[in-house]
Amino acid sequence: MTLKSPRSAPYTHARTSIGRTMGLVMLALLPATLFGFYQFGWPAMFLFASTLLAAVLAEALSLRLAGKPPRPFLLDGSALLTGWLLALTLPPWAPWWIGVVGSLLAIVIGKQMFGGIGQNLFNPAMVARVALLISFPLEMTLFTAPAPLFSAQAPGLVESLAITFGNPVGIDAVSSATTLGHFKTELGRGVSLDQAAAGTASLWQLIGGEAAGSLGETSALLILFGGLFLLYKRIITWHIPLAMLGTLALLASLFHLLDPDHYVGPLTHLMSGAAILGAFFIATDLVTSPVSLRGQLLFGAGCGLLVYVIRTWAGYPEGVAFAVMLMNACTPLIDHYLKPRIYGRDRKGEPLSYTEQAEKGGNA
Amino acid sequence: MDKAKKFKLFSIRGGVHPEDRKRLSAEQAIEPLPMPPLLHIPLQQHIGAPAEPLVRRGEMVKKGALLARSQGAISAPVHAPTSGRIMGIGGYPAHHVSGLSVRTITLKPDGREEWIDSLDPVAEPFSLAPEEIARRVAEAGIVGMGGATFPSAVKLNLRQRYRLHTLVINGAECEPYLTCDDRLMREQPGQVLDGVRLMARGLGVERVLFAIEDNKPAAQQAMRAAARDYPAVTVVGLPTRYPMGSEKHLVQTLTGRETPARGLTAELGIVVHNVATALAVYEALRHGRPLISRVMTVSGGAIRTPRNLRVPLGTPLSHLIDYCGGFTREPSRLISGGPMMGQPLPGTRVPVVKGSNGLLALTNEEVQGGREMPCIRCASCVQACPCGLVPLEMAAHIRAGSLDSSVRLGLLDCIACGSCAYVCPSHIPLVHCFNYAKGELAARQRAQHKQGETKRLAEARSARMEAAKQAKRAAMLKRKQEQEAKKASPTEAAPAETTPAENAQAEANP
Repeated sequence: MTLKSPRSAPYTHARTSIGRTMGLVMLALLPATLFGFYQFGWPAMFLFASTLLAAVLAEALSLRLAGKPPRPFLLDGSALLTGWLLALTLPPWAPWWIGVVGSLLAIVIGKQMFGGIGQNLFNPAMVARVALLISFPLEMTLFTAPAPLFSAQAPGLVESLAITFGNPVGIDAVSSATTLGHFKTELGRGVSLDQAAAGTASLWQLIGGEAAGSLGETSALLILFGGLFLLYKRIITWHIPLAMLGTLALLASLFHLLDPDHYVGPLTHLMSGAAILGAFFIATDLVTSPVSLRGQLLFGAGCGLLVYVIRTWAGYPEGVAFAVMLMNACTPLIDHYLKPRIYGRDRKGEPLSYTEQAEKGGNA
Repeated sequence: MDKAKKFKLFSIRGGVHPEDRKRLSAEQAIEPLPMPPLLHIPLQQHIGAPAEPLVRRGEMVKKGALLARSQGAISAPVHAPTSGRIMGIGGYPAHHVSGLSVRTITLKPDGREEWIDSLDPVAEPFSLAPEEIARRVAEAGIVGMGGATFPSAVKLNLRQRYRLHTLVINGAECEPYLTCDDRLMREQPGQVLDGVRLMARGLGVERVLFAIEDNKPAAQQAMRAAARDYPAVTVVGLPTRYPMGSEKHLVQTLTGRETPARGLTAELGIVVHNVATALAVYEALRHGRPLISRVMTVSGGAIRTPRNLRVPLGTPLSHLIDYCGGFTREPSRLISGGPMMGQPLPGTRVPVVKGSNGLLALTNEEVQGGREMPCIRCASCVQACPCGLVPLEMAAHIRAGSLDSSVRLGLLDCIACGSCAYVCPSHIPLVHCFNYAKGELAARQRAQHKQGETKRLAEARSARMEAAKQAKRAAMLKRKQEQEAKKASPTEAAPAETTPAENAQAEANP
């Protein structure tokens, strides 16, 4: 009889795989992505396709150079997900090469140079986004107001090809600031919050995804649904999203209460920008976040704090990418210090001692 | 029913819910397996020292006869599963993945099933002293039949060292596929309960908690009915979760208290025994019968008709498989025990031993093997670990060769339950990795001990040699001085201290 080489138990396995994990995350992103396509039309789809294609090609090339078998690693879906997340953080009408350069940065520098899947210290999509933002500030901050597909102001197919792949000069894109960008500029000029708020999208528009922004920033509601789906499927736990959004909301409420004229309120902070996307999809990136639940709470709180600090006092209107990357750098440290308590030991690792309560007995 | 409803349970950390697949064999009543043509009875079927054989080749023995006696404090005797002729005592493949040859008594059954005359049943076993119960349990060769095979009498004698108050009966049977304890509880609840109460007497405890997972309602019902007249015995329904049957986690579920690391549940005043062990105790005390057979589940997708069988110890596994209709297809894995913690088997020649609770022939689809991928730090293993460990980190340290740091991370607190490897999306064989590290550490420790001993002996030898040399030198010097003294003053009379006898001795030992 031919039996496989001996290996320790278990001889059964949950129906889990990397491909399933990545696939579920992509499934969770699908509604918000489709809605983004609808809101920003053909150019968004072209950019999305270029970014994902470039990510997969970059992955294949890197695997080839590293001498790893391409099939299992390409089929695990991780490169596709990285490209997807990156595409969601780009301005929807950005030229194709932004997506392609971004994917190369994400996969080659952000992931494969660290040793491939599971080895990277920083979230690859955020590495790419930050590098793009610093290198191409103009293209990365040129946001357009939503122009729903098939509506009058939406560009046609040919026009859209020109927006993504051609020379966009001459195309009169309705450029528009993001909500957070607008607040930043106006508050910076000394305008009070009430007046500044007049020129931005309403809270309902933010929730419904009718405000200017990147693909994934638009509909907070659909992103939130996606995040809840991931919680339900136990791909992520609640610790990072809740700690991150909770900290952000707490700080925003505190400062807004102290000085309502100069500090944006908590709901705007939560519903605009990439807060929800960041909390459920970026900060929870499995590879780059802590493994213990207490560590995840700390990590999430740190992300929330940094997002608020960057948005409020630093030079950029949005800070999720920076915040997550800074906390990524802390992950090894957090994992080193915050470990679960081992069964039968106290927090210091010493065996439990029952001498003082030996008389009490058990459950009786 | 009400009593159980009121019983407060505590939650444990982690755990998984593997598909239990107990339905394959749960409705198969226990059948006695026909006697095979040859029995191979290993001398070591327990933790501790192997038994010392008392029979010789060619000898005729009766059923229940003592074949080998226990040796040392932690050991167990071995008895004849049936009457027949001893064919020999020699090497035979062990019930172990290595298939290494171990000392085994081969018995050819004569088919007469004749019991020994010296059976010593006790009519009133509850009048026996605890020491006497433990002695009889030891003599019957009873060991922990959940798979750990620790001599049960040693566990009963824990009362001498700890203040015990509760006996917990582990009827969790949390491993998928296995149904042998379930069937025992359903078919022989009265006998099982009698054994349980005898063990409680042997331990000197009043309270018994009989814990059964909620996926075995029939067993719970049967045991509750049997225990109705005994207020000291509480049948408790446990949530169905693996590894509920882990002794320390079972105790935590029932009492909310954790056993100190590297310690025994006895430190909490609790001793845990298995259902099948209880039945063996009943047989030993009420009927005087030693442990010579056990109930096993033969199951898995590659077995034609899964069954629960009462099997004479020493039966080759091939005999069980044949009785269950053989394989429907080539099994991918052949396992002793359950799929979560069982041991791979080297083949079907090996015999059934006291700790065998299951024989599984699993197909590829059941094993769900996948290509091993790099760790994506998803922390599924951290959440699944019932011991609060960080398996991914331990494995990383072991792979990097730093075993000592993996120990600091809690390697030795790992109970090898397999929950981490079960959930790992990257299909990393984490338990295999930990087993390697534990084995390697043990080997290193042995090597270090040996090195230390060698060094100590070598140092002792050189010290001895040095002392001898010193003594010799001192003797020579003394002699020289005496001779010189003699030469220097030949006129003086011989010194009073030096007698002729002493001179003679010094000359004899130059």
